[in-house]
Amino acid sequence: QLYYQVLNFAMIVSSALMIWKGLIVITGSESPIVVVLSGSMEPAFHRGDLLFLTNFHDDPIRAGEIVVFKVEGRDIPIVHRVIKIHEKENGNIKFLTKGDNNEVDDRGLYKEGQNWLEKKDVVGRARGFLPYVGMVTIIMNDYPKFKYALLAVMGAYVLLKRES
Amino acid sequence: LRKNVEDFTGPRERSDLGFVTFDITADILQYDFYSIFDWNVKQLFLYLSAEYSTKNNALNQVVLWDKIMLRGENPRLFLKDMKSKYFFFDDGNGLKGNRNVTLTLSWNVVPNAGILPLVTGSGHVSVPFPDTYETTKSY
Repeated sequence: QLYYQVLNFAMIVSSALMIWKGLIVITGSESPIVVVLSGSMEPAFHRGDLLFLTNFHDDPIRAGEIVVFKVEGRDIPIVHRVIKIHEKENGNIKFLTKGDNNEVDDRGLYKEGQNWLEKKDVVGRARGFLPYVGMVTIIMNDYPKFKYALLAVMGAYVLLKRES
Repeated sequence: LRKNVEDFTGPRERSDLGFVTFDITADILQYDFYSIFDWNVKQLFLYLSAEYSTKNNALNQVVLWDKIMLRGENPRLFLKDMKSKYFFFDDGNGLKGNRNVTLTLSWNVVPNAGILPLVTGSGHVSVPFPDTYETTKSY
């Protein structure tokens, strides 16, 4: 009985992992689902909304698109809109972003001396979104006790569930 | 969609700065925007972008102006004699004498939940920039 429970648990965990890794491959993005962390894109996106990204290599970056990028050296993904692009013939592109709800462009957020973003800074392009769903992640980050409690409950449920 | 523009380039240390004033009367599109707002459309993010090529860069796109149109607001776009909201800097000196600068109106449909499409409006306006710089401008 216990052996079966443990196998069941392992299967659930590995299925979840497979789905996540599969999503990463299909979308081409290292982080295909992100949670909006700030209000800089309101009223379109609010803190806690979930975004679905793709990052296909041949997808051109164009003005007006919503991109998720990371500033070199920082871990936090930022979701803003592309407002300027300058692309060379060979495909090299540099672009500027700005949050819809911000007065100024993002140059203040970039690295010291950096005036433009490049393709390598992009985590993905926002293709779809679901409101509120990401709040769970934010709560788990802000209140780690909640995260442990949730994990404990889930673990207990899986281990104690009896096949009738 | 009718757009009338006046344009001139201003001298800047290293890069061309273009000044564009424009006129957007989109009452032909009034019906269109109205029908875009269905139950799953939360807002439209409208933006006017200038697209052109220069010696330095094969493709340049610069957003000159944007507006958020929420569902429930007046779906008619009527802006007369507008100055661009953002500075129109080129990466270099590619605006001088550039005859092929095109302005297009596009919009991002933001749903209550679901896909985020980017739509480009039909119709665009060409904005030729003169060969010389304006030396005095008060603004």
